[in-house]
Amino acid sequence: MIPILEIEELSVSFTQYERGLRKRQLSVIRDLSLTIGRGQVVAVVGASGSGKSLLAHGILGLLPYNSHMEGTIRYKGQPLTPERAKALRGRELVLVPQGVTYLDPLMQVGAQIRRGRKDEASRKNCRRVLDRYGLAPETERLYPFELSGGMARRVLISTAVLERPQLVIADEPTPGLDAGAAGRILGHFREIADEGAGVLFITHDLELALTVADRVAVFYAGETMEELPAANFEEADRLRHPYTRALWHAMPAHGFAALPGSQPLAGEAEGCLFAPRCPRCRESCREAGSIPLRRTEDGTVRCLYPQEGGKDL
Amino acid sequence: MKHRAGFAGKKLLRMALLLLGVSIAAFALMSVSPLDPLQTNVGQAALGSMSPEQIEQLEAYWGVDTPPVERYLGWLTDVLQGDMGTSLLYRQPVEQVIGQRLSNSLWLLASAWVLSGILGLALGVVAGAVRGRLPDKLIRGYCLLISGTPAFWLALLLLLVFSVWLGLLPIGFSVPIGMDGDSVTLLHRLRHAFLPALTLSITGIANIALHTREKMADVMESDYILFARARGEDGRSLVLRHGLRNVALPAVTLQFASVSEIFGGSVLVEQVFSYPGLGQAAVSAGLGGDMPLLLGITVVSAAIVFGGNLIADLLYGVIDPKIRRGAVRK
Repeated sequence: MIPILEIEELSVSFTQYERGLRKRQLSVIRDLSLTIGRGQVVAVVGASGSGKSLLAHGILGLLPYNSHMEGTIRYKGQPLTPERAKALRGRELVLVPQGVTYLDPLMQVGAQIRRGRKDEASRKNCRRVLDRYGLAPETERLYPFELSGGMARRVLISTAVLERPQLVIADEPTPGLDAGAAGRILGHFREIADEGAGVLFITHDLELALTVADRVAVFYAGETMEELPAANFEEADRLRHPYTRALWHAMPAHGFAALPGSQPLAGEAEGCLFAPRCPRCRESCREAGSIPLRRTEDGTVRCLYPQEGGKDL
Repeated sequence: MKHRAGFAGKKLLRMALLLLGVSIAAFALMSVSPLDPLQTNVGQAALGSMSPEQIEQLEAYWGVDTPPVERYLGWLTDVLQGDMGTSLLYRQPVEQVIGQRLSNSLWLLASAWVLSGILGLALGVVAGAVRGRLPDKLIRGYCLLISGTPAFWLALLLLLVFSVWLGLLPIGFSVPIGMDGDSVTLLHRLRHAFLPALTLSITGIANIALHTREKMADVMESDYILFARARGEDGRSLVLRHGLRNVALPAVTLQFASVSEIFGGSVLVEQVFSYPGLGQAAVSAGLGGDMPLLLGITVVSAAIVFGGNLIADLLYGVIDPKIRRGAVRK
């Protein structure tokens, strides 16, 4: 079956002007590959500043004008050109953004969900999606500042299911919610996937991602370090990249051990971007121009010396 | 309602204090002015040929021999009793002079105010929506050029082109020279007010457009515009539905704040066009040492400007749902 979304070797860079009007290409996403099938929830997990949101904007064709995108994105087997993205946005390709700032502060919620349409069918549809997420019909007449955090997220999700979405990109839809509320929101995404759509779930919260995702892509400084089934996180031995393992050890259930150091700015380093923090870094890791992605039995990993269990692969 | 009443009370008190301050400042400035009202209005030669008694009488008329504090307090007491005094230059009650002049100026000011508001908003919204592209560059270029041009110079330029070279419009005044008052038509008045109104509008547009452009550019970079685009909204509908709505609030503030700029601009522009409005009367009163008239004009225009800002504050409560619904809950 043709996957909903295939991303191959995607790179995004920005043109910046430094002092003295010197132009500089700042690459923020490098060589990213990702596949989302029907009914799948794929989580992209990474620290803030790793380029996750730009990935969402890149797929939707909403990158700012000073950016440059390379690589291929295929939607249902056909290249997703900016024109095609524009035609599909808001119908088949939908974004569920972070929070209430993504709603027009001066427009009532109902009018925003309906995109200004006032006919009876749109009104009915609007009440249907509100009802689906447990929001009363009166919610229509509220302004965004009158919504609670959880209500705002549900309003944002309800915009996604107004038509029949094929690909839902959820960009950090849960921050600021308690575990219960976040879990319910994620349940809504699982439900959308079970209805046949693909869900790209962008988050910095690995623990949360694992509760809902089928597959996980670990993002670091604009690169995917590892892409693997979520089930592999059941034991550390099935994680192949040292960064993935470090994330696993940082989870409360597995020792809460934070990795020292911080993520480099995207596109700054040569060789392996994780090298400065890697416990197993070798000479050759720093020399290589760019570490290639390596296929494994059930995913991909960007490491010269990945591990399987206690042994090198 | 209690909330509203408290708001209005506070505003009124503030207005009273403002008007008091403005009148004191204007009076103080006039008192220390080196202009001698006698020399200015009677003339050096005429003064020389007068007897000391005559001069003393004139000094008493212009109030030269009364101490300033006493003069101010006298004026203030009268004003509080509803009497703004008599203009020394026009020999008419100040209320009457101001009323007459204001009715001449009012629709000149109003048309400039409305025109610059609408056009400034439209240009600013367009420029902000397409920031960095050609229309934006043209609009910004125009605005910066006009902002750097003094209004009186622009007035002279327009006068030169339209009245002197092309001969299309009258050179000054509010009605044709030498025409009987009864035969003056509305068309005459329109033709005479056209250039002053145009000058005021052109200069007003630049300021409003530049500010609106800045706000619009902020709005276009906001999260909710990004999300609206992600939902397939685009182009004109995006600008009209979300852009315009969100620049409306700052635009209202700007529009009412620009009352003061239009007023200030009218002083010089009316002078250039010899247009017998309030601005011109202010200039004559200032140069001629006509204290009651000058104080009257200052206080009345300060009240109008204050009123403009007050209307903006009240409109906020109507437009902004946060204030509107917040007030209802209280």
